[in-house]
Amino acid sequence: MRFTLNGAATELACHPASRLLDVLREECGLTGTKEGCGEGECGACTVLIDGAAVCSCIVPAAQAEGTEVTTIEGLGSDHPLARAFMDEVGAQCGICTPGMIMAATTLGARPSLAKIRTGLAGNLCRCTGYEAIYRAIRKR
Amino acid sequence: MALHQNPVPSTQPPAVGRSVPRKDGLGKATGATRYADDLSFPGMLYGRTIRSTIPCGTVREVRLEFARDGFTVVDWRDIPGRNVVALLTEDQPCLVEREVRHAAEPVLLLAHADREALLAASVHIEYDAGNPLFDPEASPQSFKNILIEKGDLAAGFAKAHLVVEGTYRTGHQEHVYIEPNGVIAVPEAGGIAVYGSIQCPYYVHKALVTLLGGAVTHVRVVQTETGGGFGGKEEYPSMLAGHAALLALKSGRPVKIVYDRVEDMQATTKRHPSIVRHRTGLSRDGRLVAMDVEVVMDGGAYVTLSPVVLSRGAIHAAGPYRCPNTRIAARAMFTNTPPNGAFRGFGAPQTEFAIEVHMERIAEALGMDSARLRERNALAPGDTTATGQRLGEDCSARRVLREAMRKSGYRRKRKAFAGTDRGIGLALYYHGSGFTGSGELKLASRASVELTATGVRILTSSTEIGQGTRTMHAQIVADALGIPYEQVEVAQPDTSVVPDSGPTVASRTCMIVGGILEHAAREMRERLDGMPPAEYFGHYGPLVVTRQYEQPEWIRWDEDAYRGDAYATYGWGCDVAEVEIDRDTWEVRPRRLTVVTDVGKAIHPALATGQIEGGTAQGVGYALLEQVSMRDGLMANAQLTNYIIPTTLDTPPIDVVLVENPYPGGPSGAKGLGELPMDGPAPALVNAIRQLGLDLRSIPALPEAIMEAACASR
Amino acid sequence: MLRDEEGVVPLAGATDLYVSLNFGTLTTRRFVNLWGLRPLGRIGMRDDTLSIGALATYTDMIGSRHVRRHLPMLVEAAREVGGMQIQNRGTLGGNIANASPAGDSLPVLAAADAVVVLRSSGEERRVRFAEFYTGYRQSARRPDELITAVEVGPVQGVQWFRKVGTRAAQAISKVVMAAVRAPVPRIALGSVAPTVIRLPLTEAALAGGAGPEEAARVLEAEIHPIDDLRSSSRYRKNVASNLLRRFWSDTTSG
Repeated sequence: MRFTLNGAATELACHPASRLLDVLREECGLTGTKEGCGEGECGACTVLIDGAAVCSCIVPAAQAEGTEVTTIEGLGSDHPLARAFMDEVGAQCGICTPGMIMAATTLGARPSLAKIRTGLAGNLCRCTGYEAIYRAIRKR
Repeated sequence: MALHQNPVPSTQPPAVGRSVPRKDGLGKATGATRYADDLSFPGMLYGRTIRSTIPCGTVREVRLEFARDGFTVVDWRDIPGRNVVALLTEDQPCLVEREVRHAAEPVLLLAHADREALLAASVHIEYDAGNPLFDPEASPQSFKNILIEKGDLAAGFAKAHLVVEGTYRTGHQEHVYIEPNGVIAVPEAGGIAVYGSIQCPYYVHKALVTLLGGAVTHVRVVQTETGGGFGGKEEYPSMLAGHAALLALKSGRPVKIVYDRVEDMQATTKRHPSIVRHRTGLSRDGRLVAMDVEVVMDGGAYVTLSPVVLSRGAIHAAGPYRCPNTRIAARAMFTNTPPNGAFRGFGAPQTEFAIEVHMERIAEALGMDSARLRERNALAPGDTTATGQRLGEDCSARRVLREAMRKSGYRRKRKAFAGTDRGIGLALYYHGSGFTGSGELKLASRASVELTATGVRILTSSTEIGQGTRTMHAQIVADALGIPYEQVEVAQPDTSVVPDSGPTVASRTCMIVGGILEHAAREMRERLDGMPPAEYFGHYGPLVVTRQYEQPEWIRWDEDAYRGDAYATYGWGCDVAEVEIDRDTWEVRPRRLTVVTDVGKAIHPALATGQIEGGTAQGVGYALLEQVSMRDGLMANAQLTNYIIPTTLDTPPIDVVLVENPYPGGPSGAKGLGELPMDGPAPALVNAIRQLGLDLRSIPALPEAIMEAACASR
Repeated sequence: MLRDEEGVVPLAGATDLYVSLNFGTLTTRRFVNLWGLRPLGRIGMRDDTLSIGALATYTDMIGSRHVRRHLPMLVEAAREVGGMQIQNRGTLGGNIANASPAGDSLPVLAAADAVVVLRSSGEERRVRFAEFYTGYRQSARRPDELITAVEVGPVQGVQWFRKVGTRAAQAISKVVMAAVRAPVPRIALGSVAPTVIRLPLTEAALAGGAGPEEAARVLEAEIHPIDDLRSSSRYRKNVASNLLRRFWSDTTSG
């Protein structure tokens, strides 16, 4: 399988039906993307494929062939969203945070509260009640 | 009693009371933080649990229908110690011997290096099925009975001008921590280490020692970064760790068991369902003169923590009110369902739902304003609770009520919403901090502070599970020592390194363990005598100060009579919920929740607010969305598609007001706050729905139930 | 490949694949991956007929000016599917082929009298949506055929859509209705039968001049929803008839 991962051309061997989530976590050793449900319901596994947010737990590896995949590791520690999540305590237990941040990267520069809530409707958080996450994204 | 003061040098801004950066903030925001499933060990195998498919009966035969190469198979005969999951009692086996008491009970364990082979292995189990019991009220076996009595109930009722009765029900609730349960057991040097998503490493340690007996020379339990707990990783990990350890011992290899969401929801603990009956006598002017309360909880198939859940539920069942004649009779019953266990709130959300909906019906029956009824009966300093505890100045019931009324515009909105599709409701509640009665004394928790080359390190078994333990403990220690927050680090909870500070539960991590650490840090400060820690370490070498919990002398509790000082202090709260109903679909949309909570002192205001916001959202789910559908004693809707927790679009704006009425015995006056927010949202929402003309007395208040109530009221 | 090999299932956005495999409802192990066939995702107009490629995602449909102008109720339906992540992968063809009684786009296509375009190695044929489903999760698609597009002619009248799910987002529908207000109204419902259905009796009553109250009574007799894990028969009937009244009042001008 050949694809671009966090900006780097990547080639590896895997079963075409393996989940992209497993390829990222195991073949590529990038454990920042998390599994919360395996059903595409919780969004903890969110990555970008060609700039669009998707649940990697339901993407077969074959469908990532030739695409640009971005994971949380690809954003780096200086990303404005990472800073904002730290400043506003957007993460409590942190397990939903990578998926939440990846989804948030697609919301544009200064999203309204309504747009944030709709855009993150596919990312479940059990710790924060979402309020601090809104504060973080609006601060960024 | 003097407030604890932290004398901090004037050059150092105090850390306590400021929203300092989280110790773990960067790792969590960048995906660098590693959780149990992110870890692996050389030669690691994966484990799988074969579970019973019937709720009640005996195992006749187990047939393994797969080629054994590469497989490790464990059943109850492989257990070197005792086949129990040690907790309060020893009634729960780690693996089924013959008797099955609930569906999804663990029977057999498999391990293999290849996950596909592991999942493909076919095991066939033959049972002789019994007759399962699912109704707690029909159950012949009680795990625990509690009776709380105060005054003279008959005399109270004789004086009553009005008597109101009601029955209230709450269902199961599933934690849905976004990280499922998972552990890795690793053999090491004649012993075993278990790494995992664990709230209470020493609980797991004790359970493993019992299970493994002489087969291991030592047991070490290490908590990995935990993606949510809410009580669901309080006792259950002892079972899971036992399973992984048995496979690891037999195979000689590390074994990882991480549940998928379906298994986690089906097999692990949930909140106890409850049925609460109230019979209440009121005087003509709306004062409570007699309260007769019956509490029945469904404990599931084994005791686990039911006695303690029942205890807290019973103690809070009369609500934050003054009543001279009270009886609370509570029992936790056996059923053939997976055992229920700890879940944030621990019995109080159930019984406080009941009392607050009941109070609303009382207000209606009296023709009295809801808030005035609460105000007239709310506990005040000098009053005694149902267990006869006299409350001090740290009682804030009236203050949070008044602040909630003011902030939410409750009275004005109530008038404005009348006859519309909008409703507003309130709930007044409280939550005891720490273990009940003499519980903290028995725990004898210890915590340490030790010097390092760069500052100090905290050693405690209290776990960070999102609520901010590391951060908050570091703030307390930094100020007590008079050093910068940045110089305080926190050791990973590893039972070979940290002392037993008791479990991370019961809203005790700040008030109790933070208090112990504060004492340890103060003692260290005296020993340092003005020398900075790193310098002292350089000159004199290591220094560790360990302190143990010291019970305030005034606490008196009679465990047999269930009378006295149930908790050292209480948190107080008042929620106001605004809702809007869609009469086409019977969906109730929460529009706003105003939450006023007295937390004593907010050590970290943003973390405290975050805990209140998160607990409130869980309460919204508990009230309106989260239903566990049991079929033949097993959760039938065990996927996130079908077990519904609130998304962003289901969660209303939550306005939190933090009140600080200090408890002198807590660090900087802090009370417990982790569970408090769970007690208010459900009754506040149901009371708001009541304003729409809908009489609901059970949760979850799904649209189907709301429709039935609407049809009934026509 | 579909013609020559047995038991091969076409796969598009895969939003249901692993769920069905894990649940045991899908036992196939061989799939043909359509995802890269971008021409199958085209949305365009041919004269006054809207053509939506089978691989058009919900995000594509929401953003398409053709769909917005011609079939706005499909945009509303697409917005209600899952969250952003599912909308970026789920396809119209997938929703049709998956044949769930709760599929969110299906009442829209039924009410719009859409046409499903099927292609095999030998021929292309068109099947009217009303004839497409033959039973629970069964359709007129032959194993050697691919759904390549959906065509929708001009829709006369005001379009209306409402999904009632288990929560406000990321929800499977309990009742989902699409309707067109016209002299002969068209009303389609999902989640109340083994397939998506039109309501010929209710439509006829309204076309014959019945008011919404009477039509609601006809509707309640016409549908036979069940109790299941997500909801109850009584609720579905009650809500479906409320939605009918709401459709009628929302689309009554003046």
